[in-house]
Amino acid sequence: MAQTTVPPTVTVLLFASYADALGGPRIDVPVTPGSTVGDLVARLRAGNADRLPARPMVAVNQEYASYARVIEPGDEVALIPPVAGG
Amino acid sequence: MNGPTAAGRMDASLVSRSIDPAVLVRAVADPGAGATALFLGTVRSSHDGRPVTGIDYHAYAAMAERQLRTIITEAGQRYGTCAIAVEHRIGYLAIGETSVAIAASHERRAPAFAAARYVIEELKRRVPIWKREHYVDGTREWVDPTRGSSLGAAAATGAAAQAAAIAGGTEQ
Repeated sequence: MAQTTVPPTVTVLLFASYADALGGPRIDVPVTPGSTVGDLVARLRAGNADRLPARPMVAVNQEYASYARVIEPGDEVALIPPVAGG
Repeated sequence: MNGPTAAGRMDASLVSRSIDPAVLVRAVADPGAGATALFLGTVRSSHDGRPVTGIDYHAYAAMAERQLRTIITEAGQRYGTCAIAVEHRIGYLAIGETSVAIAASHERRAPAFAAARYVIEELKRRVPIWKREHYVDGTREWVDPTRGSSLGAAAATGAAAQAAAIAGGTEQ
């Protein structure tokens, strides 16, 4: 198979209620080059719309990221449920 | 806990054993300090009137420690503390156990209190730690502080607003 037919994926880390909702601590999401955090969330919510809020917080490389941020190969991406430390 | 660092003596750790507040107080001891403020968060026996038997805390550990370090650095710059130490416990905690401890030392008491207050408020706002309450009836539930009138809408609005504020307002 030509490599171009295999969509690159980003592994998204999931925690707490989101891990429960999506069935595990991580999920591979296919992304096209140049995809933003917003694109990734839209892709994740396709088929899971009832299990994730419309605009979950996202962290890239352990910092909160805006939805406009472009995801680069090797980025560590995580969905962050509403935090409740303390 | 990490050893004290030369620059500002800022310690931030997630731990899976019980927290000893005396260790944090010692960690922020400083000849220039006239005041040391200590905040402890403890597991209480009810939430919104519902009896709780314990809480298990989960974290995105690497990010949580990174965010904690950022927060105590901000607090140090903002209030000019001598030293700040924070520990947050992860795992299952019974009623009365300490989930978080923050110690801040300063020449004077007002900024020592203010620094400890800043750290706990920012911790609760942005450090990726989650708690699941265990109830007397055997059920358990993730705590969602953004939950309001409508689960989805409230969570989405709260999360987006929080993310926008944290990421510099480029959201939308």
